[in-house]
Amino acid sequence: MTAVPRSTLCKGAAVVARGIREQPRWFGVAVVGSALYGIMTGAMAWVIGRLTATVIGPAVAAREVTAGQLWQIGLTISAVVLLNVAGIILRRVGAGFAMYGLGAAYRQRVTRQYLELPLRWHHKHPSGQLLSNANADVEATWNIFAPLPMALGVIVMLIFGTVQMVIVDPLLAAVAMVVFPLLFAANALFQRRMSPQVTRAQQLRADVSEVAHESFEAALIVKALGREDQEAARFAAVSHELRDANIAVGRTRGTFDPAIESIPTIGTLVVIAVGAWQASRGQITAAEVVQIAYLFSVLSFPVRAFGWVLGEVPRAVVGWERVNAVLQATGAMEFGSVSLPPGTDALPIAARSVDYAYEVENPSGATDRAPVLQGVTIDVSAGGTTAIVGPTGSGKSTLAGLLVRLVDPDTGVVLVDSVDLRRLRHGALAEAAAFVPQQAFLFEDTVRGNVTLGLQVSDDQVWQALRIARADGFVSALPGGLDTVVGERGANLSGGQRQRIALARAIVRNPRLLILDDATSAIDPSVEQEILAALRRAAAGTTVLVVASRMATIALADDVVFLADGRVVDHGPHEQLIERCPPYADLVTAYVRDAAARAETRHTDAPESAAEVPA
Amino acid sequence: MSRNSAGPIVDHTGIGSGAELSTWATLRRGAVLSPELTRGIWVTIALALLSTLGRVLVPLVIQRTTDEGLLAPAGPDLGRVWMWVGIALVGVVVTAFSAYAVNIRLFTSSENGLAALRIRAFRHIHDLSMLTQNTERRGSLVSRVTSDVDTISAFVQFGGLMLVISIGQITLATLLMVWFSPLLAAVVWACFVPLFFLIRHFQGVVGRAYTRVRERVGQLLGAIAEAVVGASTIRAYAVQERTAARIDAAIEAHRAAAVGAQVRAVVAFTAGQFVSGLTTAIVLVVGTWMAVNGRLTLGELLAFLFLVNLFTMPVQQATEILNELQNAVAGWRRVIGIIDTPADIADPGEAGVDLPRGPITVDVDRVTFAYPGGEPVLRDISLHIPPRARIAVVGETGSGKSTLAKLLSRLVDPDLGRIQLDGVDLRRVRFDTLRSRVVLVPQEGFLFDASLLDNLRFGRPEAGEELILDTLAELGLDDWARSLPLGLATPVGQRGESLSAGERQLVALVRAYLANPDLLILDEATSAVDPATEVRVQRAIDGLTRGRTSVAIAHRLSTAEAADEVVVVDRGRIVERGPHHILVQQGGVYAGLHASWSAQHGH
Repeated sequence: MTAVPRSTLCKGAAVVARGIREQPRWFGVAVVGSALYGIMTGAMAWVIGRLTATVIGPAVAAREVTAGQLWQIGLTISAVVLLNVAGIILRRVGAGFAMYGLGAAYRQRVTRQYLELPLRWHHKHPSGQLLSNANADVEATWNIFAPLPMALGVIVMLIFGTVQMVIVDPLLAAVAMVVFPLLFAANALFQRRMSPQVTRAQQLRADVSEVAHESFEAALIVKALGREDQEAARFAAVSHELRDANIAVGRTRGTFDPAIESIPTIGTLVVIAVGAWQASRGQITAAEVVQIAYLFSVLSFPVRAFGWVLGEVPRAVVGWERVNAVLQATGAMEFGSVSLPPGTDALPIAARSVDYAYEVENPSGATDRAPVLQGVTIDVSAGGTTAIVGPTGSGKSTLAGLLVRLVDPDTGVVLVDSVDLRRLRHGALAEAAAFVPQQAFLFEDTVRGNVTLGLQVSDDQVWQALRIARADGFVSALPGGLDTVVGERGANLSGGQRQRIALARAIVRNPRLLILDDATSAIDPSVEQEILAALRRAAAGTTVLVVASRMATIALADDVVFLADGRVVDHGPHEQLIERCPPYADLVTAYVRDAAARAETRHTDAPESAAEVPA
Repeated sequence: MSRNSAGPIVDHTGIGSGAELSTWATLRRGAVLSPELTRGIWVTIALALLSTLGRVLVPLVIQRTTDEGLLAPAGPDLGRVWMWVGIALVGVVVTAFSAYAVNIRLFTSSENGLAALRIRAFRHIHDLSMLTQNTERRGSLVSRVTSDVDTISAFVQFGGLMLVISIGQITLATLLMVWFSPLLAAVVWACFVPLFFLIRHFQGVVGRAYTRVRERVGQLLGAIAEAVVGASTIRAYAVQERTAARIDAAIEAHRAAAVGAQVRAVVAFTAGQFVSGLTTAIVLVVGTWMAVNGRLTLGELLAFLFLVNLFTMPVQQATEILNELQNAVAGWRRVIGIIDTPADIADPGEAGVDLPRGPITVDVDRVTFAYPGGEPVLRDISLHIPPRARIAVVGETGSGKSTLAKLLSRLVDPDLGRIQLDGVDLRRVRFDTLRSRVVLVPQEGFLFDASLLDNLRFGRPEAGEELILDTLAELGLDDWARSLPLGLATPVGQRGESLSAGERQLVALVRAYLANPDLLILDEATSAVDPATEVRVQRAIDGLTRGRTSVAIAHRLSTAEAADEVVVVDRGRIVERGPHHILVQQGGVYAGLHASWSAQHGH
């Protein structure tokens, strides 16, 4: 009891109570099974003792045994064995259903939160952490339900055994009362020593895996720069740490295991010694001593189940705290009840004095606000094509995200068809607007599933969209065509192919508003050109907003919004901006100017390099 | 040529699975690779047997105590009881100490041996060629140096010891049972032989069930990851419910598989319990009959029941461990498979040639190359590159131009023909010189989860901050480094995610500059970057290529324009070559590419 801090034990009890409340039936089954197992394990010694005293002993003494007596022996023992086995089955199956049922229920709740919590919350939590909250932490929380019924069954068993012992001889019972708590304490101490060591080894195992993963992913650069030895040394260092941690675990185990194993045997010996003394004084019979000694040796193993439960408590508490942090998180996006006017015609969109800041956790743990957009106002009329242009970090992607309500502005409003996005019902915006992010995200689903995302459209429409996105060629070459599963996050496809499928996903919806966040960055410039031209033809009834970094993309826009440091510096047609806005002209012509400068240098260098290069 | 040297372990360039090794051969090969495992193994086994002896004898001594002391015909014989109890206590202590020693010895030797094996396999994976590495997923390579080794260590430390102890215990218990009563011993064995086969059968069933659970865990993680990584897409398309349904299906599939495996495991486990119990019943019945007929005393019968207990536990354990052994051997095979996969692009070592530093001449001589099982991607290519020349290789996607970069940096070897540096066949150049004189800048310069500084000096870890700052200044990148939040100390995040694609390219270029090669091979990145970064990239490339022989696999018009000579590759052959301004006027393949490029950049 002293091995785990009281507060942890209390919290652990709370977790257990919660689990029992949610899975009372299966837990009940497991406890009943465990009790049955406990009683039958204790009963076995008693039954053998009784049979020896009442049937076998007299029969041997009489040198005569009837078939009925033999049947009695065989059937009595078999009955106890059957009930014992039934107890084990009920206990373990019940515990399994309870434990995995709880795991599944909490995974659902946690992932539901992931789907509902705002992107702002997602930005603050690394994806690796969220994955382990839903997987490893949920598992750690409910794993305690595996040994728990056993431990509860052991209590029944101990009571049963103790009562037997007290009836036979209180002094022997007193010996047991000393040994069981000793065993219990040794187990608890073992778990307490062990669990930080195991945790550390587990962490190091993850580190080894991380180094290996990173290093193998970097294999090309390792080769290109001949850094194999350096990488091997890095891996060796963390492998050696793991080795030492594992050896430390081995030491603890090596010390405690034999000790814990010896305690019951020593207890049995004490029982025999004391029992022999008691028997010599005529307090009890020798047969009773044998019975108690046997009972003692049978009971001592399951007592370890307490140690297992105690060992799981800290893990369960930590797991639960992490899971609960997700479940308690608030701030899910709220929706109104307004629908957009029906139809297929393009919709105007506008932002009015929009501010947005990211929340960054600084090293001291407090939250800093990093402003990204400040007082941004833009107007995009229905059916127009507008390019958002600006240097890296100017807030282009954030603005695009605000326009499709991935996030809400801190202040100001975004209006689609003059309706505040926050007043729209859930799904209303998605029915009218399509968004293609910079990093195309594909589900592990078929090509069709990735394009439609559940929208009811014909295969012809899917192919039409793929054609516009210039994805029809490679999709028809896939082994299953539209039915090909694209692998985890589209791993079987190249970056450009993923972007094209993401574009088709937007196009197939005939959106009234299309927002492309640099969605063609991984596509060959010439192909990008074809896609944008096809899109322009197809998207007659669509307002298009495109975050652009290529000149060709900018050239497609009627209107350009030039962002710098989170503010709109200027907007208007490209030709006008280039005339009147020097920073804009600098940015978009940087490449052209640079090429010109290089051409000039080359001309002056020409004689020299010509001399060096033999024809 | 090098492919032919591949041993029986590999087929072509693939990584060996070790599947053809028998269990015994695997264990032997494993022992050779990790001599630490077998060092002093006999002492460990002797200690293990000693502790086994203790485990069997102590209960027996207890039995004697009850029989001769407690149940002595003339009432309890206290002197005898205490003598036997004393002997048993000594036995307990000896058992505990030898078990302790065995544990420590096993952990130390196995952890040392397996750490060395892990490191060796890791190093060997880096020695394998790109082609060989690419035959397997990165995750699968990782598992060969992590979980596969872990299964071995788990087995050696837990299962292996248990197996030794169990077999010892089974043997001892059987001998003692036969000594007490050969008939009853036969009865016990008769009950357990079917159980042995039954358990093995169940283990197959249970093993498959747990494999299914592991697969479901993978699918579960994949589904959950979609909700996390795809958060923007899910919100933009309002497909929360669809995603939730997918996740729920994966969660339920995992739950069902886990419960199914649990039920199967319980059945397998209780079968053992049931047979053990049944054996007790049969022994008691047969024993009573024997005792009645005077062939056994009552004391001997009860003693025999003790022995049955001693026998049944290790039998159940041993059968379970045999299954673990299969897992461990499977893991071991995979690790051995890696180590025994020959490196097909090998360092010639001592027999090789060191190239002196200085401007480099490259000769590609009638080179043909095909990826395993594919059509040739380069056919009969010849190319002479004089010292300090800047060459741009252009062509459509799939023309074979990136393969040329791999050949020049010896990431692959030609199937036919040869490549020479300063007149020496590339295959004869020692890796030390090769990697310092020839540097490839790949399209995706991988970034480690460390500071910008550490990433920049990845190729030259000894480079100080001063040198890095000077380098950045020389390449015109000092303003960029200053613009980052923490300058050189800025953490770049996993795979460099905190930097833009263009900035990651800059890192790759600085790395190459610090490596200071004589021949630079540059595989330009295709992804678009904003114009300002683009200009930085171009300037850095200019600085990097100045004064060196360079071959750029060009995706940008500007690179081709700036080159001394443009080599146009089409369908595996060189179709045009010459300076930019001449090729443009010829109206061939290059002129077409140029026209499409120019159109996009508003020329």
